[in-house]
Amino acid sequence: MEYFIQQSINGLTLGSIYGLIAIGYTMVYGIIGMINFAHGDVFMLGAFMAMIVFLALTTFIGGVPVVLALLLMMIVAMLLTGLWSWTIERLAYRPLRGSFRLAPLITAIGMSIALSNFVQVTQGPRNKPIPPLVNGGITIYGTNITVAYKQMVIIIVTVILLAAFWYLVNKTTLGRAQRSCEQDRKMAALLGIDVDKTISMTFVMGAMLAAVAGTLYLMFYGVISFTDGFTPGVKAFTAAVLGGIGSLPGAVVGGLLIGLIEALWSAYFSIDYKDVAAFSILAIVLIFLPSGILGRPEVEKV
Amino acid sequence: MADIQKIEPDSVFVKAVKEGLLAGALAFGLFFLIVGFRTDQNIRNELVLNQRWGLLAIFVLVAGIGRFLLTAYITPWSEARSKNKRAAVEKEQSAFRKSFPKIGLGLLLIYPFLVILILWAYNGSIMGGLQGSLKYVDNFGIQILIYVMLAWGLNIVVGLAGLLDLGYVAFYAVGAYSYALLSTHFGLSFWLLLPMAGIFAALWGIMLGFPVLRLRGDYLAIVTLAFGEIIRLVLINWTVVTKGTFGISGIAKATLFGIPFTPGPTGFAALLGLPNSGVYYKIFLYYLILLLALLTAWVTIRLRRMPIGRAWEALREDEIACRSLGINTTTTKLTAFATGAMFGGFAGSFFAARQGFVSPESFVFLESAIILAIVVLGGMGSLVGIAIAAAVMIGGTELLRELEFLKRIFGPDFTPELYRMLLFGLAMIVVMVWKPRGFVGNREPSAFLHKRKMVSSEFTKEGHG
Repeated sequence: MEYFIQQSINGLTLGSIYGLIAIGYTMVYGIIGMINFAHGDVFMLGAFMAMIVFLALTTFIGGVPVVLALLLMMIVAMLLTGLWSWTIERLAYRPLRGSFRLAPLITAIGMSIALSNFVQVTQGPRNKPIPPLVNGGITIYGTNITVAYKQMVIIIVTVILLAAFWYLVNKTTLGRAQRSCEQDRKMAALLGIDVDKTISMTFVMGAMLAAVAGTLYLMFYGVISFTDGFTPGVKAFTAAVLGGIGSLPGAVVGGLLIGLIEALWSAYFSIDYKDVAAFSILAIVLIFLPSGILGRPEVEKV
Repeated sequence: MADIQKIEPDSVFVKAVKEGLLAGALAFGLFFLIVGFRTDQNIRNELVLNQRWGLLAIFVLVAGIGRFLLTAYITPWSEARSKNKRAAVEKEQSAFRKSFPKIGLGLLLIYPFLVILILWAYNGSIMGGLQGSLKYVDNFGIQILIYVMLAWGLNIVVGLAGLLDLGYVAFYAVGAYSYALLSTHFGLSFWLLLPMAGIFAALWGIMLGFPVLRLRGDYLAIVTLAFGEIIRLVLINWTVVTKGTFGISGIAKATLFGIPFTPGPTGFAALLGLPNSGVYYKIFLYYLILLLALLTAWVTIRLRRMPIGRAWEALREDEIACRSLGINTTTTKLTAFATGAMFGGFAGSFFAARQGFVSPESFVFLESAIILAIVVLGGMGSLVGIAIAAAVMIGGTELLRELEFLKRIFGPDFTPELYRMLLFGLAMIVVMVWKPRGFVGNREPSAFLHKRKMVSSEFTKEGHG
């Protein structure tokens, strides 16, 4: 039982990261119905930004308190990754809006290839290790279950961000504009909503969450490389689909589920096949429950 | 700035200056960290920062000046050009465009000999011609034709039936591994295993296709991606059979009616009294893949005229109408999957015979993405367009390996190979934005009244299924 709880905690930490990335996929899909394949690489870029900020802090300033360093890493990574995502949307996706369905998918795949190779060219192909930022953990009284502080940081940051995000989407003008664009873009435009700006902001918000996820990933694993965007990206997309694409709570639930499945599968079955398990579950869920756990069923219009 | 605005608020030049400055500022924001600093490992394996402000300045200047030129000159110019109206039916094609497939095919047929002749003349010796042509036949000819064949195979699924398949490389892998395993374990010959690899891949196509038939559009795409990844992960982890990441090496070469391409006395060169060279095998492989690719094209063209091909295209245009007209969508989709997969399997067994080595590294998602990109960039459904796209994208990236003179410009540390995939990705974006329908976006209808008229790309549809 203790082992199970321990693995579940690990799974939830991993799942929080997937959930944060998955929100970016699900929001973009909800509004413009496109799989943003480059999102995984935007996440990787965010992690690289955080890594460079961390190095700049230690090189130019020296001993900075860990909390401050993490905050700075997250904020700078969020801002710059948001800027990247805005530019990507502007250059590669907006010219193709209203074009045929596969065109933005292909530019997204092209952008994904270009981004990861751009990082490889500018930063070199090797893994980038950073010293551990947060050490230690606590053992829950009377058991052998340990929760590392970095896991707690991940879960706390995720909860805070999700709360802020929930507020943004449900209580602000921007969030209302986003939800209206999701329901009916043409009608929203007729009612005076700047659809292009709303879509841009959606991309920026998704990228900011991905940047935080990247920072947390870097903090948790202590290493990042230019290829690290693909697998977390695909798994986060799996999470978004699992939760029901287009649904924000669904993305979080899906992320947590994928994290749990991965951790528990590695613990009880075979660590080699953990990705196979995640993908198989995706296929099974889609075949028997095509709209995901919390998604709305697709209405076929004739 | 305020003064300028008062005098001439709408001048293109002022607007261009503003946008240029903005683009420069944006580029500074984007590249400040990722280009301005480079992280490198020192001896103790710690990361250290190196500063590169000069490079950053170049990036910012290029972005700013580029944006300025774009707004000030290129956009007005292209706007003036594109005022011509678009017609639903394209105007009569020029004689060159009409006979382009035939010219292209003729060139492909004589390509290896053309290369040898040119290099023979250039080097002055037959050996120089033969050895020198190795690279051009192998890296350009065979490499491009493999992708042409794969893209034509995927075109049946994506271009004709409108089913978005992101895991096509799985069938390529099935073909390659069936040849590799059956050939190394049972010593079966290439010619026997080529059709078998196709059948295996087709069976896998049906197996994977069956559960996902109810899915549509992007869901189908993501499940096929998942299947592709699952097959790759199984190939990596099922080490007893596949030897995992080490791959299977020493796969038997293909033979020409039992004549092996070996240097010995029974080899091809000795039998024909030719000088010893590895190039004959390459030329043989070139014609083999050309034949396989042409088979794919021929089957595609013939199938389009058969009921099943028309059913595929009908499915792409409108699935609901299809169902209400009594077409069995299940079998239609499955045959599309199976046929596409079969050609992937053929290409896979060819790949294994050519490399003599297969490993899961060759079957990553990127390959699926490249093949799909070629299909879409070429204009879905157009065989000629796809061949052009494959030649441009694959040939272009292969060409980057050859650009030695760039080292003289940028110094000896400059390796053009590193930029291959970066440029490939950027080219995908640029081509798509420039021509969203691909190189050959118009479509030749398979059923028509009186006269075959080309359908302009503005009016073609793509599938949702």
